[in-house]
Amino acid sequence: MKEFLLELFNNEILVYSLMAIVPLVWVIPFALFAVWWERKVSAHMQDRLGPMRTGWHGWAQTIADILKLIQKEDIVPTASDSRLFRLAPYVVFTGSYAAYAAIPFSAAYVGTEINIGLFYIISISSLVVVGLLMAGWASNNKWSLLGAMRSAAQIVSYEIPVALSILAVVMIAGTFDMQEINRLQSGWFWNWFVFQKFPFILGAALIYFLASLAEVNRTPFDIPEAESELVGGYHTEYAGMRFALLFLSEYANMFAVSAVASALFFGGWNSPFGGFLSGPWWGAFWFVAKGMAFIFLQMWLRWTLPRLRVDQLMYVGWKVLVPFSFVIIVGVGLWVMLVP
Amino acid sequence: MENLVTQTPEQVQRPGTIPGLGRPLREHEMVISMGPQHPSTHGVLRLELVVDGEIVVEVIPHIGYLHRCFEKHCEHMNNYQQVIPYADRMDYVAAMSNEFGYVVAMEKLLKIKVPERVEYIRVIMAEFSRIVSHLIAIGTYGLDIGAFTPFLYCMRDREHVLDIFERACGARLLYNYFWVGGLSHDVPPDFSEKVKAFCKYFRPNIKELNDLLSLNKIFIERTANVGVLPAEVAINYACSGPVLRGSGVKWDLRKNDPYSIYDRFDFEIPVGRGEKGAVGDCWDRYMVRIHEMEQSVNIIEQAIEQLPAGDVQSAIPKRIRPEAGDVYVRTETPKGELGYYIVSDGTASPFRVKVKGPCFVNLSALPAICRGAMIADVVAILGSIDIVLGEVDR
Repeated sequence: MKEFLLELFNNEILVYSLMAIVPLVWVIPFALFAVWWERKVSAHMQDRLGPMRTGWHGWAQTIADILKLIQKEDIVPTASDSRLFRLAPYVVFTGSYAAYAAIPFSAAYVGTEINIGLFYIISISSLVVVGLLMAGWASNNKWSLLGAMRSAAQIVSYEIPVALSILAVVMIAGTFDMQEINRLQSGWFWNWFVFQKFPFILGAALIYFLASLAEVNRTPFDIPEAESELVGGYHTEYAGMRFALLFLSEYANMFAVSAVASALFFGGWNSPFGGFLSGPWWGAFWFVAKGMAFIFLQMWLRWTLPRLRVDQLMYVGWKVLVPFSFVIIVGVGLWVMLVP
Repeated sequence: MENLVTQTPEQVQRPGTIPGLGRPLREHEMVISMGPQHPSTHGVLRLELVVDGEIVVEVIPHIGYLHRCFEKHCEHMNNYQQVIPYADRMDYVAAMSNEFGYVVAMEKLLKIKVPERVEYIRVIMAEFSRIVSHLIAIGTYGLDIGAFTPFLYCMRDREHVLDIFERACGARLLYNYFWVGGLSHDVPPDFSEKVKAFCKYFRPNIKELNDLLSLNKIFIERTANVGVLPAEVAINYACSGPVLRGSGVKWDLRKNDPYSIYDRFDFEIPVGRGEKGAVGDCWDRYMVRIHEMEQSVNIIEQAIEQLPAGDVQSAIPKRIRPEAGDVYVRTETPKGELGYYIVSDGTASPFRVKVKGPCFVNLSALPAICRGAMIADVVAILGSIDIVLGEVDR
């Protein structure tokens, strides 16, 4: 895609700007859709209908919501650290949006094909935590501060199992390049990494999924914004578009971790049926479909499970997920070494 | 400048002293105000939390945001029947039970014998209101722990009971149904079928609720061994209802001091046994409520079989003017022991109506079991005590 655009415009800056906008064209409609979808999924799980008035089955509800949020007054609490308060949502959104640069949507499109793509995604998405801390601290609200501290502790601890479980895939793929990892999984669905080196990579996929739930603050790990304890967590004091931006980056993050899961373990843009229904456009379809399946799983868990306590969360992270991922790394390592 | 008000050294508060804590804050400690606007205080309760990080050092409850002068209002009623709508508004999720205590007390004061049919309908309605109250307690408890879906399942089942209430008296929340000496309306002709249909529908739903929430591993982790209230402490604080029974004390006024016709029914008193943790933890208190709903269904099924025919208004006095004297009657509401102390001076208005509310008493045990817990545990403990602020503040 980059080559095609370079030929078309013959201007690198313009081409890179265009390439940077493409994920935004995806993220915003996705967030609008996912908010509506989450409301419908939860409603149907709970014997309700959810939004029904705005358009067919309320499809335009989130658009109406966003229009309302745009018109709302931009409130910055008097006692807050207003500069940090204003800046925080952008930092959070930057962190989650920048990860999209290395997400391979299709064989023909990835924002930038760098050979350390996976590494880049893990590190750039850590920027989110800085934004959350800024938001919580600058709000000058004790509940927000507690929420920010919780999320910092949680995201930092859960990055370790995420990185370790990803490492298992890197060991068998031998590369950090997202496109290369996807190409290695082409063919039928049994070529996907999740079915390789059974049961180690399957375990790594499970650990990655659980830890990614904590990374994006979803139930049962939604402790930073536990509404029954902290009301809104770090975004309690936010209103209007700043709140919408925090919300948007939350949904952007949800898709980012689901996309990484599908790229690493479930073949990414590869069709499950070999050459059938494959190609650049079908690739994008499969990639989004797999990501959406994970998002549905996240929603399903959210509306079924209660929430853990902070100390139990740390227990799960450090005493369950981290040791198991070490076992997986050792297992995969031995396998790769002994079976050439 | 000399102080205009002379203060003894004890009255002078040292600067920075936290009232209720009795000392200034230590390093690392912070005061957080939880409520009166907070989703998990179940109304307008304010908890002043002294926390060290996430660990709670002290909980200081502040009540009175919903005080409506119930007792003073009663003294200005022209008629004893007019107190009943006010009694409804105390524990508004189980209004039938509040009325029950008041009418039983008044009938004792007036020495009225109500018809059998009235007694049976009252027991059925009171047990229904126990189910409704426990459904809300369980549902909102799930909400406190972070499970949203069981709450809506509970609300769905609650609607079926409210439909039965509505068909009987026209109201869904505040009924004014039990009158001194009778009922405001007789039940509709298809009452008995509706009640039986509900009992049949409701039993499997209790099992579903257990599968979804009560026996969920995360839920057990969050509630077992949390907020342990030992039996002696519960008795010393005069706790009652599921809070007392959760601590393993078999005390239920329907069995221990039967009123109305409760001695005619066969039912169990569930107590906490510490199945998942220590006796008297949050899970035990929660599970007592689940078992009590099953027992209430039992009572309703027995009562509906024996429901006699008759007139529900034949014993209602035209003019209530009790002789000077007083009466104290306590009944078992879903939340615990509700006592009415009514003093009459021989006129048509009550001289004094004093209420001993279970939620207020149970809430007083909160600081004792919250020390050393985490903030998330305070939410869990408060939810397991199941307070309704309408009754705490009255």
